[in-house]
Amino acid sequence: MRFYESVSSDLPTDAELVARCRSGDQDAWRELVERFSRYVYAIAVQVYRLPEADAEDVFQEVFTRVYERLGQLRDDGAVRPWIAQLARRCCVDRLRQGTRVELTEELEAGEAEDSLDRLEEAWGVREALGHLSQPCQEVLDRFFTRDESYRTIGAALEIPPGTIASRISRCLAQLRDRYEGEGRIQARTPSGGRIR
Amino acid sequence: MSAYDEERLAELLRALPPAPRAWVTAAQEIPPVRGRLDELVARAEADARYREQLIADLERVLEAEGVEPNPIVLDALRERLAGE
Repeated sequence: MRFYESVSSDLPTDAELVARCRSGDQDAWRELVERFSRYVYAIAVQVYRLPEADAEDVFQEVFTRVYERLGQLRDDGAVRPWIAQLARRCCVDRLRQGTRVELTEELEAGEAEDSLDRLEEAWGVREALGHLSQPCQEVLDRFFTRDESYRTIGAALEIPPGTIASRISRCLAQLRDRYEGEGRIQARTPSGGRIR
Repeated sequence: MSAYDEERLAELLRALPPAPRAWVTAAQEIPPVRGRLDELVARAEADARYREQLIADLERVLEAEGVEPNPIVLDALRERLAGE
């Protein structure tokens, strides 16, 4: 249930988290990895379409570089775009090491930019999700990102499976309102992120 | 009419699935693993025989020391031993 613990608004900002990591706080490091793990994973698997084994190597390499180079980050609040840049470099290096040269060129020609823009938008929606009630966060995350069935969700949350579709619909309406209001503004502000 | 209908929001939610738990856990262990590597390098600097063992069979020594010899750890340690 760590995701649901992570999205409350009393969590540290990105800048606060980075400052704590830099001072050697290992709990902060674990929190930072948790917060950006989906983002790095999506860049590797969705944007650059790396196979699972390559994506895993890149994932570890990105966080290793983040750990080693955190002291070089000039703006602690801009850690997410910085991580994105590291992830992109690692993915492109990995593609170049392989034989998928055409794919690399195709992605470099602009497709990767489009996919990254979409990820930015997705990140904004996820930030907005973090402001919804815990039951809404849970049902939307389980259904849309964990691909759980109504039956599984119903069993986990102890609610009748027959009510889940309507709950999802209500929660999506709340998410839309949140994202189109405050959430959408936050989505364009890289320093404000609190989600994982 | 909103550009963010249910279908669009669902698509955006699906764009950030969770990373495999084992990957996240491994990345969270980077600081303690780095600490262990520091200890191993310091020991190798002080003990020539240990250094030879380490270079001869890095993976086995790491496993014996309780450090998972994944490619990133191996590369980092080789680089540090070569740079001594």
